[in-house]
Amino acid sequence: MSLRVRLIRALAISAAVLAAAILFGVWAGYERITPDLLRHDPIARAVFFRVRLPRVALAAITGASLSVVGAALQAHFRNPLADPFTLGVSGGGALGASVAIALGWGASALGVPVVFVASFAGAMAAVLIVYRIARSGVIVLPGALLLAGVIVNMIAAAGVLVLVYVTQSNRALEILRWTAGSLDAVGFDIVWRMAVVLTPAWLVLFTFARDLHLLAMDEETAAALGVNVRRTEIAVYFLSSVIVGVTVAVGGTIAFVGLIVPHAARLLFGQDLRIVLPSSFLAGAAFLIVADAIARIAVPSTELPVGAVTALLGGPFFLWLLTRRQRNSAM
Amino acid sequence: MILESRDVWFSWRDRDPVIRGATLALERGTLAALIGCNGSGKSTLVRLLAGLLTPDRGEMLLDGAPLPSIPLRQRARKIAWVPQAAPLTFPFTVIEVVLTGRTPYSPRLHFEDESDRVIAEQALATVNAAHLANRRVTELSGGERQMVTLARALAQQPRVLLLDEPAAALDLKHRAALVRTLANLRDATGVTAVMVTHDLQLLDPAFDRVFAMSSGSIVAQGPPREVLTDAVLASVYDDPRVRTSRVGDRTLIWSE
Repeated sequence: MSLRVRLIRALAISAAVLAAAILFGVWAGYERITPDLLRHDPIARAVFFRVRLPRVALAAITGASLSVVGAALQAHFRNPLADPFTLGVSGGGALGASVAIALGWGASALGVPVVFVASFAGAMAAVLIVYRIARSGVIVLPGALLLAGVIVNMIAAAGVLVLVYVTQSNRALEILRWTAGSLDAVGFDIVWRMAVVLTPAWLVLFTFARDLHLLAMDEETAAALGVNVRRTEIAVYFLSSVIVGVTVAVGGTIAFVGLIVPHAARLLFGQDLRIVLPSSFLAGAAFLIVADAIARIAVPSTELPVGAVTALLGGPFFLWLLTRRQRNSAM
Repeated sequence: MILESRDVWFSWRDRDPVIRGATLALERGTLAALIGCNGSGKSTLVRLLAGLLTPDRGEMLLDGAPLPSIPLRQRARKIAWVPQAAPLTFPFTVIEVVLTGRTPYSPRLHFEDESDRVIAEQALATVNAAHLANRRVTELSGGERQMVTLARALAQQPRVLLLDEPAAALDLKHRAALVRTLANLRDATGVTAVMVTHDLQLLDPAFDRVFAMSSGSIVAQGPPREVLTDAVLASVYDDPRVRTSRVGDRTLIWSE
């Protein structure tokens, strides 16, 4: 099967899964909304368009973003355990966003909310710190990379905690609300704002798919094959920080999405990053829509934070990958 | 001259230079070996020749043009670098790996096409690894991985092949096959190849030229017969017990 056919097949399957996830996402909730109800009940209609639909859109954007960045980071660092959460990128973003909230920077500059910018800055700082620590010559030490990520996450989490304690109580509550990862931001307004920043970042990241495909094999070989490694590196860090920063600023730290989804995509559609990247994007949207729907309906009396659901799914998955890797390297 | 290094110096970060005024020139269609003791700078010099590192001083010329002035993709169509085979993280298939050798020829947002696939399959066949095409590289032995890495370089259809100890992971039969493959390629396509090796028995008579490195510079060069002598090797390897002996058209080398 030619690569183009493989890509089309992968995109078709992912898109079908996404369509099913969207239908499930708009239906599931405290009140099950059916097409019939939508026609006759104005309240159901209002819930559907003002609450349910924007929430599904937010889950889709966030899931797609985290997954595509996870796939890119895994390839770039040649590390199957890398994702925005394990490398501390989400943590850095959360700290940046917390600072903005604590200082009451609700404003926007040139239409971009300041909290987006602060979160991007935090994410970028985390990437650079983790990278500096793990890099040794042309080699990125896989163990050091993940350890540095974990420590950056802990420092960032401690920073957020300090902010929660020292800041005004209403702002502290606002910070606490999304540190667990939640997608209950209401209304399409924030979704549009995100889309305006994220769409160009996604598109540019996709243009690096082939470079990432080569980097996933070996950095020096990629350079010998004509990849501008330095430029790709800068682009991947910058775009990952923008994409993760913006999603964290709205949805908080939603762990492991960027780990699970690219692995599933590779398992189903093969290793070629030019296929893994776009299919992770679509499948990631589907995954988080479903995870969020589960978070809404799992416990009848209340709603769980979606970050808890993804962590409960993703944590064991991470450990399973770890044991498999150890077995492989022992051979 | 297709590839030249003129008084090249290089150091890693702020450490002492590992390449000290290395000068060598390769004629088109030469099969050359780069020998020298561990740490003499062979791998570093090959990386410099491949354009993967930039010299601190001196220059590298490809067809008379300074290497850094050549766009990366153009360079990748002319020079292929074969690293010492390292295990890969992700289970790519062999054909996927070899196909990446076609990257310098296809536009950024395009997939490799059918003609690229044919070239990749031919490259695998050239190194007697056609049967591995659909295997996962993570499951291959070191020697098999080395042949796949070489096939990728051949898929680049380069004019210069730079090989960093390609024979290290190969058994006797495959070492001999590798040298035959390189000699055939030279005869058929006029490719120039430089191979770093510790296996001195391979050199005579298959290689046209031998460059001997010591402490970061080229200290001896010439046809194998002239370089592979007791006196030259004793000085290159800093070992007075090196002995050579000619048997037929071959040179045998050992240390007593």
